[in-house]
Amino acid sequence: MMDVLYFAWVRERIGIPREKVETSAATVAALVAELSSREERYELAFSDLSALRVAVDQKLTDFDAPLDGVREVAFFPPMTGG
Amino acid sequence: MRVVVQEQPFEIGAETTNFAAGHKEMGAIVTFTGIVRDLPGNPLQAMEIEHYPGMTEAALTEIAQSAIDRWKLGDALVIHRYGRLVPGEMIMMVATASKHRKDAFEAAEYLMDYLKSRAPFWKREITDAGESWVSSKAEDEDALTRW
Repeated sequence: MMDVLYFAWVRERIGIPREKVETSAATVAALVAELSSREERYELAFSDLSALRVAVDQKLTDFDAPLDGVREVAFFPPMTGG
Repeated sequence: MRVVVQEQPFEIGAETTNFAAGHKEMGAIVTFTGIVRDLPGNPLQAMEIEHYPGMTEAALTEIAQSAIDRWKLGDALVIHRYGRLVPGEMIMMVATASKHRKDAFEAAEYLMDYLKSRAPFWKREITDAGESWVSSKAEDEDALTRW
């Protein structure tokens, strides 16, 4: 079981800021595929991965990152701080 | 080093004075402040800033520490706000302290470049014409290559 968080327009498209997900996905990409196959709102949010960034346990990483032992995954658009 | 993520306004004069105090061996303090800018032709009612509690503090700390290590800074300060801000309000500030001004200026620019695209904040503009998320700019990503 892991926490999956969504921010900015990803949160809006999926409709919730966070959820608990029971998954055996080995990588972030596998988790994205699993969620996308569940419901259209996920498929829509994840339709263009080049427009998305991912953090695993609050560290910026990429879609190949392994999920073994991971507690928290977050999806969001490119950041606009400053 | 001090990293602050807060909703309420900050007082730049007091922050700068506090930061400068106690650094007798540092000859240069540089500060930068970001302001919510109105949009020409499409008046901005407000800017809403969302962030990722926990990761935000960690990312800002990592960025500030890397600047301290690289330029041998005496100290660094990062304050970044979130929530609803109106044009003219201060969004964030950075301050750097070093022996000589070149390092303090460079480190402040480095902090700003990294804050733009590596700190988990997202801006949303609310105008008379509607609301939209601010897109990241390719030039912000390109800015990192010079470091």
